[in-house]
Amino acid sequence: MDFLRPASWEEALAAKAEHPTAVPIAGGTDVMVEINFDHRRPEYLLDLNRIGDLSEWEVGEASVRLGASVPYTKIMENLRAELPGLALASHTVASPQIRNRGGVGGNLGTASPAGDAHPALLAAGAEVEVESVRGTRRIPIDAFYTGVKRNALAADELIRAVHVKKADGPQQFSKVGTRNAMVIAVCAFGLALHPETRTVRTGIGSAAPTPVRAKTAEEFLNAALEEGGFWDNGQIITPSVAKQFADLCSAACNPIDDVRGTASYRRHAVGVMARRTLTWTWESYRGDRRTIEGAA
Amino acid sequence: MRVNFKVNGRQQEADDVWEGESLLYVLRERLGLPGSKNACEQGECGSCTVRLDGVPVCSCLVAAGQVEGRDIVTVEGLADFARQRSESGCASGACGTSLQDAQDWQAKGTDSQTGEGTELSAIQQAFIDAGAVQCGFCTPGLLVAADEMLERNPNPSDADIREALSGNLCRCTGYEKIMDAVRLAAARQSEAV
Amino acid sequence: MASPSGTPTKITQGSRTRGGIGESTLRPDGTLKVTGEFAYSSDMWHEDMLWGQILRSTVAHAEIASIDTSQALAMPGVYAVLTYDDLPTAVKNYGLEIQDTPVLAHGKVRHHGEPVAIVAADHPETARRAAAKIHVEYRELPVITDEASATAPDAILIHENRDDHHSRHVPHPNIVHRQPIVRGDVTAARERADVIVTGEYTFGMQDQAFLGPESGLAVPEEDGGVHLYIATQWLHSDLRQIAPVLGLPEDKVRMTLSGVGGAFGGREDLSMQIHACLLALRTGKPVKIVYNRFESFFGHVHRHPAKLYYEHGAARDGRLTHMKCRIVLDGGAYASASPAVVGNASSLSVGPYVVDDVDIEAVALYTNNPPCGAMRGFGAVQACFAYEAQMDKLAAKLGMDPVEFRRLNAMEQGTLLPTGQPVDSPAPVAELLRRVKAMPMPPERQWESSEGADLRELPGGLSNTTHGEGVVRGVGYAVGIKNVGFSEGFDDYSTAKVRLEVVAGEPVATVHTAMAEVGQGGVTVHAQIARTELGVTQVTIHPADTQVGSAGSTSASRQTYVTGGAVKNSCELVREKVLEIGRRKFGSYHPAWATAELLLEGGKVVTDGGEVLSDLADVLEGETVEVEAEWRHRPTEPFDLRTGQGNGHVQYSFAAHRAVVEVDTELGLVKVIELACAQDVGKALNPLSVLGQIQGGTTQGLGVAVMEEIVVDPKTAKVKNPSFTDYLIPTILDTPTIPVDVLELADDHAPYGLRGVGEAPTLSSTPAVLAAIRNATGLELNRTPVRPEHLTGTQLSEG
Repeated sequence: MDFLRPASWEEALAAKAEHPTAVPIAGGTDVMVEINFDHRRPEYLLDLNRIGDLSEWEVGEASVRLGASVPYTKIMENLRAELPGLALASHTVASPQIRNRGGVGGNLGTASPAGDAHPALLAAGAEVEVESVRGTRRIPIDAFYTGVKRNALAADELIRAVHVKKADGPQQFSKVGTRNAMVIAVCAFGLALHPETRTVRTGIGSAAPTPVRAKTAEEFLNAALEEGGFWDNGQIITPSVAKQFADLCSAACNPIDDVRGTASYRRHAVGVMARRTLTWTWESYRGDRRTIEGAA
Repeated sequence: MRVNFKVNGRQQEADDVWEGESLLYVLRERLGLPGSKNACEQGECGSCTVRLDGVPVCSCLVAAGQVEGRDIVTVEGLADFARQRSESGCASGACGTSLQDAQDWQAKGTDSQTGEGTELSAIQQAFIDAGAVQCGFCTPGLLVAADEMLERNPNPSDADIREALSGNLCRCTGYEKIMDAVRLAAARQSEAV
Repeated sequence: MASPSGTPTKITQGSRTRGGIGESTLRPDGTLKVTGEFAYSSDMWHEDMLWGQILRSTVAHAEIASIDTSQALAMPGVYAVLTYDDLPTAVKNYGLEIQDTPVLAHGKVRHHGEPVAIVAADHPETARRAAAKIHVEYRELPVITDEASATAPDAILIHENRDDHHSRHVPHPNIVHRQPIVRGDVTAARERADVIVTGEYTFGMQDQAFLGPESGLAVPEEDGGVHLYIATQWLHSDLRQIAPVLGLPEDKVRMTLSGVGGAFGGREDLSMQIHACLLALRTGKPVKIVYNRFESFFGHVHRHPAKLYYEHGAARDGRLTHMKCRIVLDGGAYASASPAVVGNASSLSVGPYVVDDVDIEAVALYTNNPPCGAMRGFGAVQACFAYEAQMDKLAAKLGMDPVEFRRLNAMEQGTLLPTGQPVDSPAPVAELLRRVKAMPMPPERQWESSEGADLRELPGGLSNTTHGEGVVRGVGYAVGIKNVGFSEGFDDYSTAKVRLEVVAGEPVATVHTAMAEVGQGGVTVHAQIARTELGVTQVTIHPADTQVGSAGSTSASRQTYVTGGAVKNSCELVREKVLEIGRRKFGSYHPAWATAELLLEGGKVVTDGGEVLSDLADVLEGETVEVEAEWRHRPTEPFDLRTGQGNGHVQYSFAAHRAVVEVDTELGLVKVIELACAQDVGKALNPLSVLGQIQGGTTQGLGVAVMEEIVVDPKTAKVKNPSFTDYLIPTILDTPTIPVDVLELADDHAPYGLRGVGEAPTLSSTPAVLAAIRNATGLELNRTPVRPEHLTGTQLSEG
């Protein structure tokens, strides 16, 4: 095993180009477990800790450019307003110690369906900025996950940042685990209201081979909200609509039975989380509308 | 490979490090600092918690090569670290530890066999006094995590304590005496101010 | 060879602590433990040491067709690769009671993760790579995983040609031990029952999950022997099993207790002890072995999973009429402590209740599942889960309050156990229930705050699954009985060597035992006893080793009783000798030397009237008084193999719990809000340590109620979750406040009237939590741990 310690991003790209099998290591929260337990013996480890740029973020007009190694703790503490769904998801990641090291780049690189960031990124809408010596490209989050623990990266590419749309409405994230802290998701659900486009986006974790959106559910809800004039009248969403949305979210799952939970539990729990997060976000949207109207 | 870094204020050099070794292994097996514990080696138990440039992390998940040029505090250096923090006028916490501060302090040598007369940090003394130590295997990691929490949040609520320590498993105590110890350390620190 | 670093040293406590028994003195090893200086077995280090690695079977049941170690041996840095064929003597098995466990597999593996070969190399990675290059060819056999497959007429025998002492009375060779207990006339009593309830209960496989992994350092010695620094629960039991395999007399196998990172029963059996010694003797170098967490799940026995079939009857007035039960414990591939688990499960299967007519059977199976053995409260834990569920069912059927129903049937001093043995010390079962019920209830809707819901107080916690939706509160009660000490005729003794001398003008007592301090605080209590009995302040605790006689195991809630008793006894013998010296030297100066009852207090010899006769330092003056003596509790008897009758136990421990839970009924997530406990401890020698034991035991019971289970695939008998990622134990956010009400009713047969404390709280905690969840959900819930699937009706797979 060789340990590569590039001092700059350019050096890192060059190293990855030269050694496409090199495994990038940043927070170490996935890679080191595999090494400690003899599950993996990569030829090269590519340390990204010395590239300071990866731990920085910029808040722009419409989106946040989040460096791949910004630790979850920083996201929780600093980006609650801009990225509320991702901030909530960050707070559910493992333990304080892990949140101090791990970042979104690791979740994306591993692309495990259980990664906590995925549902929030899917719901918010995001693009993954990847780069190689050949150049830079941005991969839409919907096209990023290609299979179980597989993503759209080419062998010579590294994840540099994620561009996440700033919240234009309430966002929520829920995750079920069989413990009240420090737990891998049995399943998870992210939901974002986008009042500007009058759309709703979702993200489901750990209930299909990859993180997925519940697109049929989104389309149903978008239509139902439009038809009922809900975005304008701010009325409470009809229980039958919420139930139909929840059922469609359950139907979007393609889960398995494993030691963490049964497939039928996952499907059931996603439905419950979908209904609850819709209620919470919609209540928040209605509250915001009232506040704005009251102020005006 | 060779790794140079600072541990408890002293410059250290580890040679012939296998590239897959963790910081935890280097501390325990190469530097003679076995205080950080090897309970799960998968980031689930917090027993190996150290501060890396001031930030609590699981040392089992830090590759040895990643600490080149960086600064580590382990349980062995905790008493000196806390003393120097308090001497620099930050005993009440809320000021955190800057990277500069973290790199500027020096650990005092101790070679105690019985522990009698050892100067302890507030959190260490509170763990003894409150009965928070049984087998003691989780203790070093808990101490590093709890000390850092009290530095940030000198008056934590019970829920704050539980949240801050949720990454540190203990199998002996049922956590009640650990809660008592952190409350005690917080109370003693606020009295001392 | 030079001593390794991490060798335990004497710890003297005294300059800051004066306390005798009854005071909450602080741990003598506390400072070392908070500074990181305390050396655990995995911290041992020796110049030039090698690392040992074990190759384990990847299948549960197979014949070994071949093992090829040549590639591993050829690797640079590899010093030894050993298999069964390299074992030096005819003794190739070990075991606590039945020597059925191979040191290294021979011809066959019987469970997933069984040791097949061992490697020593100069770096752990080299050792791992070498182990991976050992080629083992398996011919897989069908797996036996439950009672039906184990006792089928044509079942493959897990152990052929059994000749152990249980083999003669078991109905099938795949049954380790069977204990029936019959008393009274169940058929007649059944006629008197107005209500009858039955239940079938399942208890999952729990892991001790001590944090300090199995580890140790074996150092070869110049005389051809070996010195093993080890974390264990019982040094002498290890020694008895290790020496014959090595072909060494016991005095050439020196054992020193290293720091122990928790035990809970999981270190009663050997793990890497013999392997480290074999490699050290073969290579002539010190060898360290440290399991990682994955290996630890295969490296020790677990709590027996169990199926329990119960029938209870009661009259309309609430009095129990009869009880029938059948308890099937899965012992896995090797016997370990299975026979004793059967004894406890059967003899305590009624619980702390008066039932005169019983028909009981408990068996432990041999299967290809992971071996199961000792864990905190064994046998009694599984039974308590079932009989307490039965009590709630009966109370509901009778329309009675569950606590009042239990109190009505509660045993008291003098009650006969199903074995016919009278309980001859206080049994305050009804009082404990009264106390735990009387404790104030935690506030309702505690998650509500001015800023909205505090997620940390809700089921699901920070995972943000509910803001109060679906959350229902429930309350449940349970009580249990655990035997203290080794039962069924076992010669349960301990040994203490106590020395009294004057150092720098001050009397100092040194206590030397082989007791394994695993965290319980035995060392604290020994210092307290020495202070109380010898009137000194300074006490030195000598490291535990095999240079002194056996202390017995740190298990069965017995160490404060038995080794505490031995320390007290040796102190008393030292005191007698000191007083003899005093009488000889000073007897002529004061008549009280001959006539009064004399005590040692505050470093002086005093009369029971308080008159000072002499300084202890003047009496001793250069002399050292030392006594090593064995001490044993009252003898017990085996249970009759047919009727189960016999005075099998020496003492009992009782605890009661009230659990308050909140359940997110839609998602099936549980938050335990409070777990109150009342326990009788006879006499709290160290109240702070007593609370620590009760709260710790309570939390292990909580764990197996809602999350802890080793999952074994029934098709392959392979473990599916050997990691802390998937075997979950409670975090600080899962653990509620645990208020404790300690009762002290002396057991006059025991030293200071004390009762063993450690296990009883683990019993009643689990059924109390289950009762509270049933109360919240209205579900029947006949298994533990209860998972979200069980609370939401989604346990069956979709396919």
